[in-house]
Amino acid sequence: MKDQSAVLDSNLAPRDGKGSELMKRMQKGLVRLFNGHKTFDHGIYPIEHKELTAHKPIRRMPFADELVIPLQQHKGRPAIPLVKVGQEVVRGEPIAVADHFVSVPMHAPATGVIRAIGLAPTAEGPKTQAIYLKVYHAASQEVLYDLERDPERMTGQEIIEAVQDAGLVGLGGGAFPSHVKMKPAAGHVIETVLVNGCECEPYLTCDHRIMLEQTDALVRGIMMAIKATRAERAIIGVEDNKLDAVAHLRARLPKDLPISVEAVQSKYPQGAEKMLIKALLGREVPVGGLPADVGVAVFNVGTLAQMGDLLPKTRGLIERVVTVSGPAVKNPGNFLVPIGTPVRFLLEQVGLKGPVGEVILGGPMMGMAVSSLDVPVTKPVSGVVALEPEHPDLGQRQVYPCIKCGECLNACPISLNPSMLGELAVAREYESMAGEYNLDQCFECGCCAYVCPSNIPLTQYFRIAKSINRDAAARHYDARHPDPHPHHYDRHKDNKTHH
Amino acid sequence: MAKGIEIRTSPHLKRVMSVDKIMRTVVLALLPICAFSVYQFGLSALLLLTTTTAVAVLTEWFFARASGKGNTVSDWSVVITGLLLGLTLPPGFPLWMAAVAAFVGVALGKALFGGLGYNVMNPALVGRAFVQAAFPVAITTWTPAFAPGRFAELIPSTLTLPFMQPIPVADWVAGLQMDGWTGATPLAIQKFQHIELPASDVFTGMIAGSAGETSALLILICGLWLAWQRMLDIRIPLSVLAGAALMALPFWLLDPGHYPSPWFVLSSGGLMLAAWFMASDMVASPVTARGAIIYGLFIGMLTVVIRLFGGLVEGVMYAILIGNAVGPLISSWTQPRVYGATKKAKESE
Repeated sequence: MKDQSAVLDSNLAPRDGKGSELMKRMQKGLVRLFNGHKTFDHGIYPIEHKELTAHKPIRRMPFADELVIPLQQHKGRPAIPLVKVGQEVVRGEPIAVADHFVSVPMHAPATGVIRAIGLAPTAEGPKTQAIYLKVYHAASQEVLYDLERDPERMTGQEIIEAVQDAGLVGLGGGAFPSHVKMKPAAGHVIETVLVNGCECEPYLTCDHRIMLEQTDALVRGIMMAIKATRAERAIIGVEDNKLDAVAHLRARLPKDLPISVEAVQSKYPQGAEKMLIKALLGREVPVGGLPADVGVAVFNVGTLAQMGDLLPKTRGLIERVVTVSGPAVKNPGNFLVPIGTPVRFLLEQVGLKGPVGEVILGGPMMGMAVSSLDVPVTKPVSGVVALEPEHPDLGQRQVYPCIKCGECLNACPISLNPSMLGELAVAREYESMAGEYNLDQCFECGCCAYVCPSNIPLTQYFRIAKSINRDAAARHYDARHPDPHPHHYDRHKDNKTHH
Repeated sequence: MAKGIEIRTSPHLKRVMSVDKIMRTVVLALLPICAFSVYQFGLSALLLLTTTTAVAVLTEWFFARASGKGNTVSDWSVVITGLLLGLTLPPGFPLWMAAVAAFVGVALGKALFGGLGYNVMNPALVGRAFVQAAFPVAITTWTPAFAPGRFAELIPSTLTLPFMQPIPVADWVAGLQMDGWTGATPLAIQKFQHIELPASDVFTGMIAGSAGETSALLILICGLWLAWQRMLDIRIPLSVLAGAALMALPFWLLDPGHYPSPWFVLSSGGLMLAAWFMASDMVASPVTARGAIIYGLFIGMLTVVIRLFGGLVEGVMYAILIGNAVGPLISSWTQPRVYGATKKAKESE
């Protein structure tokens, strides 16, 4: 009981301590006014809670009894399993191969035996195919799939292939296969590689620790990315709540490399690709376009540190740094976690102060609450945040009508009109939302719902509207293309052009 | 451990802020103005403010209940309406007329449109516009500020019986034997006699006028505090005032003997209260940043046009109501430019 009241106190302190909160806000405001760090328009300043784990070095998480490796942990096509049930695998061994270009392989995160290949729960909701790997606790867990090679002597194309073979995806949460970004469509030239060390989500500190602890691997990874994309330079963007990382990187960067470090304002969602490009280069990715359209490729620091670590050894991605934190966690920290570790095991290891409310994969602004603690940590999971039940930041709060206060317009980093979009959503005017009010530009950062004094679930409205529009578009497409064999159709067309 | 695990959609964090807190803060910002009004005009002002607020609250409660909305009084927005309405009426305004104004304002100005968030115009001003048309004499009957005995006796017209003409106050005012009392507000004196009262007196509120409109200084302080609390879009009051000053400037330069100075325009009448607390009504003003500025300038300029060339002494009420009406149009003209939108893309739309 005593424990729990202490928990409550510690959580309420920053919210109730109005004076200290005000001081903090004023300090932050002054810093913002005078430091001149670059930023984007709008955005929000949520309480960061990073002090819980920012000072904690990365520690290795033990192996769970069973790891669950979904075949689709990335954007694109799911991987194709290479292993059979009952087969023994060694840590680091490929267990699934990429299905075409926009896909990545999977590697065994531990030495053990394949128990099953079947459905597993995901944070997104629907169950997906996954490989269940029973870990041999007695095994040495040495990675045997090692082959030294000199990245300096690899060509850009070789690096791109090696990145795919390593199973690397955007570890900041995007999960987009990294090698695809390195190979922009014809006609695009990558001039600058932006290295994303912003980590703007509250609670998360894994990228912060990576910049401090895995600096050499990070620099190696950046040089590989520069070579593969044929860029001229790289800029590491770091939020100014991590000035120690900025100083550390500046001190450790060899002077002859075309890499610079820039502090940007600590403001959410500074870590979003488009916001970082705007802040550092003053460019805007055109509506419907990609960063490559403005000569940029953006990679997360965690991705590049893994790249710098894995490629010289010809290894695959089998573990990642995860921040396990939140008000419900007893011993929060930054951990090197084998891919496939169930969230339940992570929480058991760090201990819980009491009952948990929401368990979020990723950060609390854009992450997803899991419906089951059996959901595994996958490649893009940068954090596991456990909140208490009835967390005061969330509680069932009364929803009021929109009072047109305009806070959401001042928060939206894309400069949408969430107030109007919300009203259109209620009126089910989904087409007008997309056609007149640029709904498709929304990347669901959650700023509008965060600031809304009426507690209107704007972000959720927009997610629903987008999926309804997608369904409608698919139906429209099906209606106009009744042929169930598109390949057949293609061949037919080919024949026509040839004769 | 998995028992009772909660699932919500992102964002999982929320700013600690709610509509009722915003409204309560606005009420708090209005209280010093109310207090000054009572200090200035005595018991009558107190009764007036109490009546408008009570009737507004009751009306809101009744319509929310009748339409099955539950208790919407708890969002506090109707208290703002009640207080603002009281502050815009002459201190000796008959209470029964004030009650009519409060009822009409909330019923026709708010409940009819669907309650908080859906009203097109500021409900307090709808109520005032109604009584301005219905009771033209009572709403232009002014009594002196700082009358002796104002805390012991009521202004006679306050207690006029319902549906009766207001009790004349001329004899009562004469009995007070206050020097220099003309029965007119500084605005009226300027408009009809072209005499500008010292702007400093007008600014600090040592004059006749509506219950809560007289001290521009106090309103300014309260408004600035509210803006500092980030519960008021400061762009709106600033552009209303800028619009009014800009509009008044050329006329004053042309003929300073006939037209009021911009400084007088800003500090007189209900402009300050209207700019800070009524034009800035979130629901009835444009939601876009550029829209807010255009809306404010429009209201400010229109106010001066009505004051200088209209039949009315004070024009800010109608200026805001018209501003409210064109607000949605201004909003739709001033949609923000989306990140990454190029000129070409916009043209092709």
